[in-house]
Amino acid sequence: MISGISIYEILTVSTIIFFIGIYGFVTRKNLIAMLMSVELILNSAALNFVIFNKYLFPNELGGAIFSIFIIAVAAAETALALAIIINLYRLIMSLKTDDLETMKY
Amino acid sequence: MIVFAAMTVSNKNIMRSIIYLLFVLIGMAAIYFMIEFYFLGAVQLTVYAGGIIVLYVNSVMLVEKINNPLPSAALWRRLLAGFLSALGIALTLIAVWSYDFSVVTENQAKEISIEDIGVALLGYGDHGYILPFEVISVLLLAAMVGAIVIAKTNKQKEIANK
Repeated sequence: MISGISIYEILTVSTIIFFIGIYGFVTRKNLIAMLMSVELILNSAALNFVIFNKYLFPNELGGAIFSIFIIAVAAAETALALAIIINLYRLIMSLKTDDLETMKY
Repeated sequence: MIVFAAMTVSNKNIMRSIIYLLFVLIGMAAIYFMIEFYFLGAVQLTVYAGGIIVLYVNSVMLVEKINNPLPSAALWRRLLAGFLSALGIALTLIAVWSYDFSVVTENQAKEISIEDIGVALLGYGDHGYILPFEVISVLLLAAMVGAIVIAKTNKQKEIANK
């Protein structure tokens, strides 16, 4: 626990980052930029896990372990999505979501 | 951190927004260090700030001219998304601040070490996480194989097309 910082303040920060991520996901038109917004969302969720673990159940480990799992899933997801994006760019030479019309060519 | 997050989703230059994302991730790691989850902070720094950011930078350099400004959405769409996000923030914050968390303040002596995390990850008792650990390892393997397959099939098709 950080002395002088309550759980409410950290939850406020993670909430705001989550919704900034959602805003970016809706408004961005570039695939890589959308993926970065997803990273923001995943990070705020992981932060919530850790904060609840530390402030409410300081003698257990569940939150920390599940945020390790979140980090692993995010790494896998990013690697796969970037592989798909690079291949897509080879096909249609664009990354704008408006140009993506086919799922299989 | 919030400012950097906002810059991440609003900056026109994709390289700059990646760097702002890096700052957000480092701030998260700083929070993990402040609440004394040292292992988690280290994992965050290495995997996110080290690995994922480098992946992003590489893929951006591979696929796009860096100086091209990002296309931004229509104004009404941005306004609508901003409004909905603000609404969501307000609702969530009302819910959070009106809930009375039973915060544990005393009995903070036990510090979580890497050894505890390792034992818990591989334990199959009451507080063991062996099943999600195995599932995540299978997932990582599947993701790796999938990435290789995606890259390879397309290359063969390109050669065939030529």
